[in-house]
Amino acid sequence: MGDVSLDQAQDRHAATVAARRHFLTRFVIYGLLVIFAAIYLVPLLVVVLNSFRDQQEIARNGLISLPRSFRLEAWGQAWSTYCIGGTCEGMQRSFYNSLKMTIPATIISTVVGAMNGYILSKWRFKGSEALFTCMLLGVFIPGQISLMPWAFILGNLGLSNSTYGLIVIHVIQGISFTTLFCRNYYVSIPDDLIKAARIDGAGFWRIFRKIILPLSSPILIVTVIWQFTGIWNEYLFGVVFTSGQQQPITAALVALTASGTNVRAYDVMSAAVLIGALPPLLIYLFGGKYFVRGLTQGAIK
Amino acid sequence: MSNHDLILSTPAPARPWRERLGSAMPLLVLGPSLVASFVYVFVFTGWTLYISLSNSSLLPTYGFVGLDNYASLWANRRWNIAYNNLFLFSGFYIVGSMAVGLLLAILIDQRVRGEAVWRTIFLYPLAVSFIVTGTVWSWLYNPTDGIQAMVRGLGWTNFSFALASDRHYAIYAVIITGVWQSSGFAMALFLAGLRSVDSDLIKAAQIDGASTFRIYRKVLLPTIAPIFLAVAVIQIQFAIKTFDLVAALTKGGPGISTTFPAIYVYDLMFQRGQIGEGAAAAIMMLAALAVVLVPYSLWVVWRRRKEAGHG
Repeated sequence: MGDVSLDQAQDRHAATVAARRHFLTRFVIYGLLVIFAAIYLVPLLVVVLNSFRDQQEIARNGLISLPRSFRLEAWGQAWSTYCIGGTCEGMQRSFYNSLKMTIPATIISTVVGAMNGYILSKWRFKGSEALFTCMLLGVFIPGQISLMPWAFILGNLGLSNSTYGLIVIHVIQGISFTTLFCRNYYVSIPDDLIKAARIDGAGFWRIFRKIILPLSSPILIVTVIWQFTGIWNEYLFGVVFTSGQQQPITAALVALTASGTNVRAYDVMSAAVLIGALPPLLIYLFGGKYFVRGLTQGAIK
Repeated sequence: MSNHDLILSTPAPARPWRERLGSAMPLLVLGPSLVASFVYVFVFTGWTLYISLSNSSLLPTYGFVGLDNYASLWANRRWNIAYNNLFLFSGFYIVGSMAVGLLLAILIDQRVRGEAVWRTIFLYPLAVSFIVTGTVWSWLYNPTDGIQAMVRGLGWTNFSFALASDRHYAIYAVIITGVWQSSGFAMALFLAGLRSVDSDLIKAAQIDGASTFRIYRKVLLPTIAPIFLAVAVIQIQFAIKTFDLVAALTKGGPGISTTFPAIYVYDLMFQRGQIGEGAAAAIMMLAALAVVLVPYSLWVVWRRRKEAGHG
């Protein structure tokens, strides 16, 4: 009897020790997660809050402090009236430039990548694997290698300092990526499906339309998201091949933040930075699953 | 039209003609991409290589000068600083983002509540451009408005945090920002790896009474070892190409202390009109990439062959 109750007491003691340890580890885990989350979120929070604060208040209390004023004017200024290097029309033009560049380049490179991936996985021919490997090399070439050749080619095509020139660059540069994505996805579609369709007399385009395309939406979403964010965020080609009114938004942002000589207008600059970050951020928030999939696929393959 | 004519004049070979077109279709569609990729990869590289061996200054000219541009590049103090920075940055950046990424992945892997929320928070910097990140962090590093001002405002009036404006430490400002931006990427890859480990392996270890810590050290981490290498290679690749982040954060300064190879290439080509030497610097970047990527790709191919052989 006595022994049993002792055992029970010991068990209970062990159970409370285990529970306490469990609680402690949980506490440490969530504590660390909260600390890291704060480190990741504070910069974003600072920019968002400052875009609504009064410039004088920012100058007085610094960038990182609780807001004591609220105004929307900075957003209007950042969008349409703030002066960057002599022209006073805010970010709107460069925002449109970026859209005009990113949307066509994304669509063209995705369509071409889907076709290439379809051919390289379902219409293989002698040497197609070797050709695929050659195309992949394009993923690794640093942009600096192609600067001089592009300058020469765009100049001869009459496309220097234009959005169209940037579209050409991003399409050619993007093909390696989009082909890689689509090819690796199409490989997993059973070849028997294609064979059966061919026996039924379906040709190249019909098979693509009736079999491949209906199965493609996951990879097309991944590719579009990858290309859109990549091209929207690109800076090197934007700053090298365009100037002034033709600049995409990344180049305009650098020009904007460099132009403040005396008092830095943190309120307007914060709003401008957010305008530049918003399209890819929205895509990330709504298509996060696909964004991550693209990331891991593009990385591991 | 011509198709129609053909059928009218010679009815018999019409089908083979169409069939031949059908079988050539894949190559016809693939052709332009192949040509473009070939030009992009080989012609552009060869072209830049040639310029790097020429006496081009403001405009490309094609007088051959051998390795003169490379010699003057390596004799230049700024290039040497850029190259040192690249090594320093790569080392700290890779180790830093992998350590933080692994820690975050393991934390999230402990069946925490709201996993999707945590992941979203740690990964969002990846969606934003380096221009945006660099700009915002340059404000935070600014001693009169940013972190230093905030801490001083709290009472520690002697607190000093002016990394980005000190030429000995500015490179660490770049490293911290780089780690902040991309540790979420390492986290995503590690987490995917941890989740793909065979659950029987873990269960067996649990039955043997191994602690969580031991299971990670002895079972999980060794199993995802290839992912460590993959993450490292991707991060090195990024480090070698680093341009936007530095352009927005420190502009290579203070002075020339945070110059990177990519920044220097841009400066030589477009600010100083020394195209030949700029091309030489670009080729050196490509060489650095090749040193990392060629052995890695060979290793990947070798491993796949081995696996295929066993399987």
